[in-house]
Amino acid sequence: MGTTPEQIDLLNVATSFCRDKSPIASVRTLLENELGYDPAVWQQIGDLGWLAIAIPEHYGGVGLGVGEIVPVMEQMGRTLFATPFLSTSMAAQAILKGGYEAQKQHLLPAIAAGQAVSMALGEHNNEWDLHAITASATRSKNGYILSGTKTLVLDLPSAAHVIVSVKRDGQSTLLVLPTADIAATAIRRERLIDETKRAYELKLDGIEVGEDAFFDPDKTADTLAHIHLVANLLGAAELCGGTQAVIDYTVEYLNTRKQFGKVIGSYQALKHPMVNAYIEYEKARSLLYAAANSFGEQGVGEIATRMAKAQADTALSFAADRSIQFHGGFGFTYDCDAQLYRRRAIFTASQYGDAAFHKAKLADLVLS
Amino acid sequence: MSAELDEYARAAEDWFANNTPAPPDFMLPLTFMEVGTDQQFDFLRHWQRAVYEAGFLGAAWPSAYGGGGLSQAHQDIATAAMRRHHGPIMLNAIGLNWTGPLLLDIGTETHKKKYIKGILSAEDIWCQGFSEPDNGSDLGNAQLRAVRDGDTYVLNGSKIWTTHGHYAKYMILLARTNPDAPNKYAGLSFILTPMKVDGIETRKIRKLTGEHGFTQTFFNDARIPADGLMGAEGDGWKVAMQTLEYERNARGGQAGGYVLSDVDPLEVLQMARDTKRGGKPIIEDPAVRAQLVEFAIEIQALNMGAQRAKIPPLVQDRPHGIPLMSKLAYTEYVRRIHEFATQLQGPKAAYYVDEPNAIDNGKWPRGYMNAFSATIGGGTSQIQRNIIGDHVLGLPKSR
Ligand SMILES: Cc1cc2nc3c(=O)[nH]c(=O)nc-3n(C[C@H](O)[C@H](O)[C@H](O)COP(=O)(O)OP(=O)(O)OC[C@H]3O[C@@H](n4cnc5c(N)ncnc54)[C@H](O)[C@@H]3O)c2cc1C
Repeated sequence: MGTTPEQIDLLNVATSFCRDKSPIASVRTLLENELGYDPAVWQQIGDLGWLAIAIPEHYGGVGLGVGEIVPVMEQMGRTLFATPFLSTSMAAQAILKGGYEAQKQHLLPAIAAGQAVSMALGEHNNEWDLHAITASATRSKNGYILSGTKTLVLDLPSAAHVIVSVKRDGQSTLLVLPTADIAATAIRRERLIDETKRAYELKLDGIEVGEDAFFDPDKTADTLAHIHLVANLLGAAELCGGTQAVIDYTVEYLNTRKQFGKVIGSYQALKHPMVNAYIEYEKARSLLYAAANSFGEQGVGEIATRMAKAQADTALSFAADRSIQFHGGFGFTYDCDAQLYRRRAIFTASQYGDAAFHKAKLADLVLS
Repeated sequence: MSAELDEYARAAEDWFANNTPAPPDFMLPLTFMEVGTDQQFDFLRHWQRAVYEAGFLGAAWPSAYGGGGLSQAHQDIATAAMRRHHGPIMLNAIGLNWTGPLLLDIGTETHKKKYIKGILSAEDIWCQGFSEPDNGSDLGNAQLRAVRDGDTYVLNGSKIWTTHGHYAKYMILLARTNPDAPNKYAGLSFILTPMKVDGIETRKIRKLTGEHGFTQTFFNDARIPADGLMGAEGDGWKVAMQTLEYERNARGGQAGGYVLSDVDPLEVLQMARDTKRGGKPIIEDPAVRAQLVEFAIEIQALNMGAQRAKIPPLVQDRPHGIPLMSKLAYTEYVRRIHEFATQLQGPKAAYYVDEPNAIDNGKWPRGYMNAFSATIGGGTSQIQRNIIGDHVLGLPKSR
C-alpha cells in the first residue's frame, strides 16, 4: 500500500474545508431544507476543483484517479456533509467509461467546472445487480420513447443531466437525459432513513430521447461494473469517515458523563466495546486506502473495494449502534447525533451492496 | 532498491532456499512459548544459530557487539525470505525481541559486550521474570524482594509462567527494591539476573496441552551481582514498560526473524475444500464461506494496517492506534481462526496430535489451545483493551 502526494494534499485540504463548511449545526439545519445542501458551498466545491479530480485533463479535469476522490469523500462522510458530490462523481465516471467522445466533450468539462449530474440506476425490483433493468427505450417516430420508473435517484433536481439505465432491444444500455426535459410531475422526493440525503423517484413514461442520447452499447457492461465499484469505493470512504466521527463523538461523551460518581468511560462494559469499535474503524480505513490505491487494477481492485465496503459497513453500523446505547436516554433522542450516523450507515450500506452482499461476492472471488 | 540491497536479497533468498530444514518427524512449536521438549529446543537452537551465522539475524544490530552492522531494510529483507520459505521460529525470543533492543538502547557498554552475541547465537537463552503468582495483570504490584548488599542483590520470592525458565542462563527481572516507596511503581527495579546461581530454582509447569513450556521460579536468598541493574534503582517500572513495548511490537529495534509463526489462511481454505459433509465439500456451505471471507478481510485489514502505520499522514489522528492494537487484533485473530479450523473438522475434531486419523496431524486443535499463550501472555486481551481505551481513545482509567 502506498499513497500519492495528491491524496495527502487532498486529505489535508478536505479535512479543514469539510470541518469548516459542515459543522453539525449546519448539518442539522439542512435536514429540514428541501434541496438538502447549501448551493453556495456547492459552488465552492466546484471552484476547489474536486469534481475535476478524476476527469482527464483534456476534458478540463485534473487527471488523477478515482482513488484520489477517496480522501475527499471520507472527510465529507466524517462531517455528514451533504452535497451532490457522490452522485456527480459517479456520473462523471459513467460518462468517461461508457460515453461517446462527443458526449464526453459536451458533459465532462461542465462537471469539472462544478455542474451536478445524477445517476438513475435503481428500480422497484430491489436488486443490487445493475443489469436488473426493466425500464425501457422503444423506437418512436423521432427517436426513442422511454417507459418505466427509476428509484433512489440522488440529487435529481440539482442536476443538469441524469444518466439513466434502460433496456433497448433487450440490451442494457445507458443514456443521458437533460433534466430540463423531465416534467416536475415525473419526480417525487422519496422519504429516506438518512435525512441528510436527497433521493427521488423518476417516472420515465413518455419522455422522448434522440439516438444521440445513448452511450456506446458495447461499453455498457464495463461501465456498469465500473460504476458499481466506484459507488462502493466512495460509499466505503463515506462510511469510514462517519465511523471516525461517531467514535470521536461517543468518546467525548464517555469522557464527560458521570454516573455512580465516576466518568462512565472508566467502566469496561463501555470502554471495551468502544475499543472494539475503534479497531474495526482502523481496519476499515486500512482497507479503504488499500482499495483507493489499487482501484482499477485488474481483479485486485475489485477484491479490495468489496473488502473495504464490507468492512466500512460493519464498522459504522457497530460504532453507531453502540453510540446510541452508550448515550443512554439522550441516545434515544433526535438531538443526539448518534442517530444521524446510524441512519447514514443503513443508507449507504443499502446502496450498491451491504456487507453481506459483498462477502458473498468475495466468497466467489477469493474462495474458488 | 540499491544494488547492494538487491545483492543481499538474492543471498538471503538463496540461503533460505537451501538451508531451511525439512519438517522433522516431531511437531515443531508455532510460537516460542510452546517449546515443550528438549528435542524441540535443540532443533530450534541449532536453527537460530545457523540463521545468525549466515548473517540473517541481528543484521541491523551494531557489529561491535556481534550484529551485522547493516540496516533495518537488510534485516526486513532477510525476515521476508525466511517467511517465504516457512522457516521455523526463532527460539530466543526474550533475548532477541525485548532484552536485546533494550540493552542496545539503555544498557552499558559492558552489558552490550557481554550479552548481545550470546542472544543472537542462542548460546545464552533469556527468560522474563515479571509475573508472580499473586500479581499478573497488576504487574506494578510485583513483590519479589531485592535487597542491596554491597555489590550484590539478595533475592527472595517467586516468579511464575516463566517461558524457557529451565533453559535460561539469564533473566530480566522486575523486583521490589523499596517497599516503602511513595507508590507501588516507584519501588521497582529492573535487573539482569543470572539463573545458574545458588538459591534460584525452577519448577516446570504443564501447559493446557499437556506439554511443559514454562516454569515457576523460586528465589531463596539468591545472591546476584548488582551490576545487572538497568537504569537507576526505582526506575524498574519505566524500563519494564519499554520492554513490554518491544514485546507487543509497539516499538522497533528487534533482532529480526519471527517468534510466532503465521497462520496460513490458505491452509484452512484447503481443509474446507478437502473436508466433506453431507457428501459435499464444506466450502460449499454458505455459512462456512461467509466465515472464511471474514477471516480473509480481517487478515488483509491487519496487513494493510501495518503498512498504513508507516505513512504518517494516514494515521495523524491517532498515531499510536495501529501499533497498540496490533497485538490484540492479531493474537485474537490467530485464536479464532484455529478455533474455526477445528470446528470445520466435524467428527474428526475429536482427534488430537499424533492420532493417525487426525486432520493435519491434529495441529489445529493444538494450535487453538496454544493460541491462548499470546492472548494471555504479554498482557491479556482485556488489559490490551484497557491500554487502547486509556492511551489511544483517552478514556479515564478503569482501576
Ligand atoms: C504461555 C504464557 C507464557 C508466559 N510467559 C511469561 C514470561 O515468560 N514471563 C512472565 O513474567 N510472564 C509470563 N506470562 C504471564 C502473563 O504475562 C500473565 O499470565 C498475564 O499478564 C496475566 O496475569 P495472570 O495470569 O496473573 O492473570 P490475572 O491478572 O489474574 O487475570 C485473570 C483474568 O482477569 C482479567 N483481568 C485482570 N485484570 C483486569 C482488569 N484490570 N480489567 C479487565 N480484566 C482484567 C484478565 O484479562 C484475565 O482474563 C506468560 C503467560 C502465558 C499464558
